Order: sequence, then structure tokens, then C-alpha cells
Amino acid sequence: MLRSQNPQVGAVCAFVGTVRDRNGGATGAVGTDAGSISSLELEHYPSMTERAIETMIDEAFARFSMISARVIHRVGLLKPMDQIVLVAVTSAHRGDSFQACEFLMDYLKTQAPFWKKETTPEGARWVDARVSDDQAMQRWGIESHNL
Amino acid sequence: MKRIHIKYFASIREALGTAQEHHATACDTLGQLRDELAARNAVSAQALSRERAVRMALNQVMSSDAQPLLEGCEVAFFPPVTGG
Repeated sequence: MLRSQNPQVGAVCAFVGTVRDRNGGATGAVGTDAGSISSLELEHYPSMTERAIETMIDEAFARFSMISARVIHRVGLLKPMDQIVLVAVTSAHRGDSFQACEFLMDYLKTQAPFWKKETTPEGARWVDARVSDDQAMQRWGIESHNL
Repeated sequence: MKRIHIKYFASIREALGTAQEHHATACDTLGQLRDELAARNAVSAQALSRERAVRMALNQVMSSDAQPLLEGCEVAFFPPVTGG
């Protein structure tokens, strides 16, 4: 898609989410491994994930002037620096691609049925959803009730 | 009674010790079903407590308390999502 033979495409925008070795709130003492993530497991709801992604892409096409879009989300066991998610959009002009990419990520973060579990030296823990992700949806005029 | 299929995910699945079950219910809505399941035992009461954020889907579409149940439908209970 990124190399599409479509001469109408003037803009290609892609976002890649990757696994970090530390979660936002982790506070280990300097020089220790405390709080560091050795692996990340992505659980998902098969069949619903595909539908949710189709729905959000349909919504993006309704809101923005896009030519094409692709969303790929990995599941299973990942490690730091692995790619988790790809959101890519093409359009005639850059405004639509930038916005659609951000919209799709905001939507995915609050509506797509995936759950992350981190493994650290202290043990495994499920990642908490963030209020800020629900708030991000408000700028698109969507009341998100993930949390 | 409606016969439904229930799926659980993530920390709720772990707490309940099961990923899915068949269930017969006289409940009319998703919200009523949640409360019915929560009342079964202490573990369920905590996992599906109204003090917890629990999301629900019916036939793979995000739903809420008022959603009517359908004969043979698939229902899912899970924590707030954390993908991306």
C-alpha cells in the first residue's frame, strides 16, 4: 500500500508503536532492573479484533479524505524494541493522513480488544488503561468509556 | 431462558479461572447478566464487581448494561482495553 501505484497519493503517513523496557510509572532505583520489562504479552479477542479494526477504519474514511489505510497489530509474546502496531494511511494531502493516523491510534487504544501483560523482575502484571486515552477521544467528538 | 456463550479475557479470565462457558439465563440485559454472574460466588463477585471497570461485548460489538440479550448470542466480559 505504501508503494501503491496510485498517482493520486500525495501523502503517506505511518505510525509504529513499539515495546519499551519501562512502563510510564515505573520507578526503580537508578542502576537497578526494578520496573524494567523483559517481555510483553498481548492477549486479544479473536474475531472481535478484526471487526473493531474494520469499524475504526470505516469511521476514519467517513471523517477524513483518505485513499487507503492499513492497521496491523501483533499479538502474543513480544520483547522490548519489538513492533506492536502499525497504522498507515494515504491521502492526497498531508493533513488528512496525519489526522487519520492519530484518530486511528486514539480509537484503537480505547476500543480494540487487546490487553497487555508485562513481565518484570517483580513478576507479571496487567497494564492499566489510561484516562488520558479516553480523553484523547473527546477531541474527535467521541465519548469513550474504556475506563 | 436464553442459552448464551460467555467469554472472559485478561485479568477477569485469570480471576475466574475460565476463558469461556455456556450459560442459561433468564436475564434480559447484559447488565443484569453481569450482576447474575457476580452473585454466583465470592471470586465472581470481586471479578465482576460494580466497583470495577468491566467492559462488555455482545456478538463481538462493544455494548453496555442496557443491551438486550439474544438467544444463542456470544457475550464477553473484559477489563478496559490496553492495546496499541
